[in-house]
Amino acid sequence: MNSLIIPKKSRRIIPGFHLSLGYTMLYVSLLVLLPLSMIFIHTMSLSWSAFIDIITDPRAVASYKVSFSTALIAGLLNVFFGTTIAWVLVRYQFPFKRIIDGLVDLPFALPTAVAGIALTSLYAPNGWIGQFFDFKIAFTPLGIIIALTFIGLPFVVRTVQPVLQNISAEVEEASASLGANRLQTFRKVILPELVPAILTGFSLAFARALGEYGSVVFIAGNMPMKTEITPLIIMTKLEQYDYAGATAIAVVMLVTSFILLFTINLIQWLANRRFVH
Amino acid sequence: MEQSTFIQQASTGKRKAATQTAALQEPRIIRYTLIFIALAFLAFFIVLPLVSIFITAFQKGSDVYFTAITHPDALAAIKLTLIVVAITVPLNAIFGVMAAWALTKFNFKGKNLLLTMVDLPFAVSPVIAGLVFILLFGSQGLFGEWLFAHDIKIVFALPGIVLATIFVTLPFVARELIPLMQTQGISEEEASISLGASGFKTFWYVTLPNIKWGLFYGLILCNARAIGEFGAVSVVSGHIRGMTNTMPLHIEILYNEYQFAAAFAVASLMSVMAIFTLIVKDIIAWKSKSS
Repeated sequence: MNSLIIPKKSRRIIPGFHLSLGYTMLYVSLLVLLPLSMIFIHTMSLSWSAFIDIITDPRAVASYKVSFSTALIAGLLNVFFGTTIAWVLVRYQFPFKRIIDGLVDLPFALPTAVAGIALTSLYAPNGWIGQFFDFKIAFTPLGIIIALTFIGLPFVVRTVQPVLQNISAEVEEASASLGANRLQTFRKVILPELVPAILTGFSLAFARALGEYGSVVFIAGNMPMKTEITPLIIMTKLEQYDYAGATAIAVVMLVTSFILLFTINLIQWLANRRFVH
Repeated sequence: MEQSTFIQQASTGKRKAATQTAALQEPRIIRYTLIFIALAFLAFFIVLPLVSIFITAFQKGSDVYFTAITHPDALAAIKLTLIVVAITVPLNAIFGVMAAWALTKFNFKGKNLLLTMVDLPFAVSPVIAGLVFILLFGSQGLFGEWLFAHDIKIVFALPGIVLATIFVTLPFVARELIPLMQTQGISEEEASISLGASGFKTFWYVTLPNIKWGLFYGLILCNARAIGEFGAVSVVSGHIRGMTNTMPLHIEILYNEYQFAAAFAVASLMSVMAIFTLIVKDIIAWKSKSS
């Protein structure tokens, strides 16, 4: 006999449901949904073949490749360096640790245009760092990767750091007392705990890098077919009053980021399920 | 059996403790290598760019620096940026509190969908955030003709810049508050209401003290992004000097005209703001931990 009593939906005690929900929906509808829907409405004015022509234009396709590959490499660099930084900040002691911890958030606080001109002048052929290399860094895809790595760094560090803090010492002690060496403990005990956080940080950094504009335009050199990113294609088309063209490319970017967002949620859901049971 | 293990453990306890600390710590060389990698990376990617901004700004002397930041166009850009922030941040703060209240104090159908909608601006490129307002209010846009007939300027004017900035910074406060209010639950508010307090009184005296540091944190992040937003504002501003140029756009113009010292002078002002943001963030984190 099931003695569990499921209460009928009780009257809401806390006030403000209709006000807060109504306000939220109105605000989001007017400022996010209505504006975003314009992208799809405006694209309707194009014929299907015209739309395909615009989005498969060689210059546009080249820009997808540049944007995607640089964002991917920057994301992977962030996974490696971001996880290392999070590890060092949580596990080790060294001077000025608190200041260094705070500085990790600089890319969130520093305007992207300021980051862009600072990185460009550092990595330009005659810059402080650029002069020590006999190949060009700024004004090549390498420069774009540097700007995107800067932008994405806090995402990985700040998602991995709290997880690392919460891993209890007992688990590692258990692993060690069962005879695992340090590398085995890291690979088999610590790393699996970190993987969901690393994945989340990576995808946040990757998504941000795909759309990033401010820091990249200065360092990229913006050469068509070589270092032109997709957001810049939209910008260029807008400056030529080619609204239909700009909108078609925007559809490609939006659909890509929605698929990405969906995949992130799916991965997180799967990862959580794996760890719950 | 159990007892014998216990005795064995006790006898080898000393040795075991020593091996255990070794097994729980990486070898010294690995520790130092990891610290070196982390610090070297941060030096090249964070510290050096930050330092270079201030050095380049003062490279041509303090006269050039102060001329650059007191130039009428620079002052107009600073003023415009402050106006945009003064409108954007409070609106998104009120929205953030409202959204967090609706999403954490009640259960309703479509909650996850609404949560995704609130997050949506983070997934959209800033350039697209600007583009959508051109499509709405530009001369060829949905409301373009009507606005032209009534002589209202939105795009290439202050309202457009404000709208684009609101779009880009919309999730910041809500995103900070939602997880915080989720963990706090609703029991304190329920107690307050059942003791006869009004809804507003409950929010002011019960909820707000609980979320004040989270709210402040969200405000700081929202503020930093609103001041520094470049891509979205660049699309809708029209780049009219002294009129619709915000600080980041002013820096871009100076930089493209090869006035590097002046560009970095204005950039240094924004960097001071960024450092200030980081310090306030740190204080908030410390305060919220101790309270």
